[in-house]
Amino acid sequence: MLSDDALDWLTEHGSWLTRAVSRTVSDWIETLTNGLVAVPPWLAIAVAALVTYKIGGRKVGLLTLAGLLFLWNLRLWQATVETLVLVILATLAALVIGIPVGIWFALSRRAWRTFSPVLDMMQTLPSFVYLIPALPFFGLGAVSACFATIVFSVPPVIRLTALGIRNVPSELVEASDAFGGSASQKLFKVQLPLALPTIMAGVNQTMMLALSMVVIAAMIGAGGLGRAVWQSIQRLEAGAGFEAGIGIVIVAVILDRSTQALAARARPHGAS
Amino acid sequence: MGRITLEGVSKIFGANHVEAVDLISQGKRKAEVAEACGAVVGLCNISFEVHEGEILILMGLSGSGKSTLLRCMNRLVEPTCGRILVDDVDVTRLGRKDLLAFRQKTFGMVFQHFALLPNRTILANVGFGLEIRNVPARQRTDCAMQAIELVGLKGWESKYPHELSGGMQQRAGLARALAADADILLMDEAFSALDPLIRRDMQAELRELQRKLKKTIVFVSHDLDEAVALGGRIVLMKDGEVVQIGQPEEVVARPATEYVRRFVEHIDLAAVIRAEHVADRAAIVLAPTQTVAEARVRTAQGGAGAWLVADGDGRFVGRVRADRLAAVRPGDALTGLLDLDPCTVEAGARLDAVLGRIAAEDIVAVVAPDGRLIGPITSRDVVRALAARPGAQGPQDGLPSSQSNPAGADRWTGTSPNFPSTCSVTTPSTGSPNMALG
Repeated sequence: MLSDDALDWLTEHGSWLTRAVSRTVSDWIETLTNGLVAVPPWLAIAVAALVTYKIGGRKVGLLTLAGLLFLWNLRLWQATVETLVLVILATLAALVIGIPVGIWFALSRRAWRTFSPVLDMMQTLPSFVYLIPALPFFGLGAVSACFATIVFSVPPVIRLTALGIRNVPSELVEASDAFGGSASQKLFKVQLPLALPTIMAGVNQTMMLALSMVVIAAMIGAGGLGRAVWQSIQRLEAGAGFEAGIGIVIVAVILDRSTQALAARARPHGAS
Repeated sequence: MGRITLEGVSKIFGANHVEAVDLISQGKRKAEVAEACGAVVGLCNISFEVHEGEILILMGLSGSGKSTLLRCMNRLVEPTCGRILVDDVDVTRLGRKDLLAFRQKTFGMVFQHFALLPNRTILANVGFGLEIRNVPARQRTDCAMQAIELVGLKGWESKYPHELSGGMQQRAGLARALAADADILLMDEAFSALDPLIRRDMQAELRELQRKLKKTIVFVSHDLDEAVALGGRIVLMKDGEVVQIGQPEEVVARPATEYVRRFVEHIDLAAVIRAEHVADRAAIVLAPTQTVAEARVRTAQGGAGAWLVADGDGRFVGRVRADRLAAVRPGDALTGLLDLDPCTVEAGARLDAVLGRIAAEDIVAVVAPDGRLIGPITSRDVVRALAARPGAQGPQDGLPSSQSNPAGADRWTGTSPNFPSTCSVTTPSTGSPNMALG
């Protein structure tokens, strides 16, 4: 098949690059994970609770504290850290790619029309499919998982960044023009600040998608809570599988509430 | 600074620009161009001048191209052809960078829906234009605060737009345009989104501000009463063309087309007509040197309650009441009988501003700025003037116009060829008020 040939060609000629990337990223992931695991769990949990408290208030802070303590108690702390590292790295990478692309799509109608179907396809393709091409490029393990996650989770932030900027009332954009604002002044003083709540909604969605992908990516050797679930499936250990599943839910709720709180903060005063 | 000259400005939307411009230069109209090549004509060959320091009102219904024309002036909309000069700068030839700089220093703009940034305080909103110009923060705050005080928003500068009422938000919008200290204010339906009471306040305040600031203001409106309240020249537009330009009373008195006539049909006439147009220039005017006997002869056929008295130069001296004239001896001079109280109104005063005086005094004298008497206004004159709405469908429709138009209507409806500075009516009296008209 054509796609097979293309993939083979890419693997053959691009592998020197992808292997190098793979090594670097794998180093990062490992260092970060090891570093975090080295921190005493009680301290890490306290810091996490404090940070989420600052972002989302008492409710989110308490939720984080209780949830993470529970996971520690289930002996899932290491798996939780691995999952969080993957999710956060993949989300950051998705934002670094997605926000500028979203801005481009917002400002160029042609780019939007050309690439919008690609975004649709990226979101409708079953998530497992991303795992396959990642393997030949980056090998088995966390790096492949990370890249598959980035590809899978980037569409919402692109889409919502573009949407947010396009939905800035035209009169406000015109006001910037009328006072002689340049394109970049318009972008940074008017369009981005006003699109921020929508962009933050995109960040939230991207992070949730990343989490779901990181769990699935356990099939290609990503660590973390996903692996705990995957192993329980293979060994038919319902109890362990349930524990890990609860763990994923807890991580999901913490990440969701925190990013939603961030989005709420970005909303202009008085807007509902 | 701030004179705008438009020369043959056209705006074509859609394809076939070249062909459409060609057709326009041949004098074709919007409908003809659309039929010939499918292009939509937004503006069709528009030329006029906005004088320095005046309020010019662009009027027309929606779709008439008034907002497009306004946006052509600072090139938010790119004119397809024609020249736009601001003082000596041809705006249409400015490059991208020069255009931005030119907008920054020359144009302030006020929008229909305020266009304030919801994530910024009023102070930061008002300072927006200065921020774009990279004015240092300190100076920016000073300028913004001055503008905020000017529009009466002091004490609100740290609030957010949503915390303010519509009228106050538009004050902030106005302050933003003023803070940049541009010579020209472009106001796009600036008061249309406000409720009627606030709108009237804002109109009055804009006039007041304009008296101080003397900016050149181009104001887009679809509301003729607003145009009258702002008191500037009116440019009436239809289908992307200018139909008529003139002072409100000129437009009302002599509508150039049927469209204009219908447009001005329901205007509040009292707000448009000036006292000089209502004054009865044919009225009998007495001289102070006349004796009571002479005066009685001259006023024998008139049934008025009082007469005005002017000296040989046409200068207004006073007023004499009919009952006093009847009560004294025939040999006396008039001088002793005069009411010298100032029952006068300025020639340029709007009728609605003097109605109260007329009601209270029965008869008031309209006096030109140099002190000469133009004529009296009685309540009867007011009714006549208001009844003489151009094109009003009177009950005697179909009768010859001399009969259907009340006497005196020609004083301002423009049947007189030299409207409004002169008047065809001649007066036999010695102190002819016509002299006041030169």
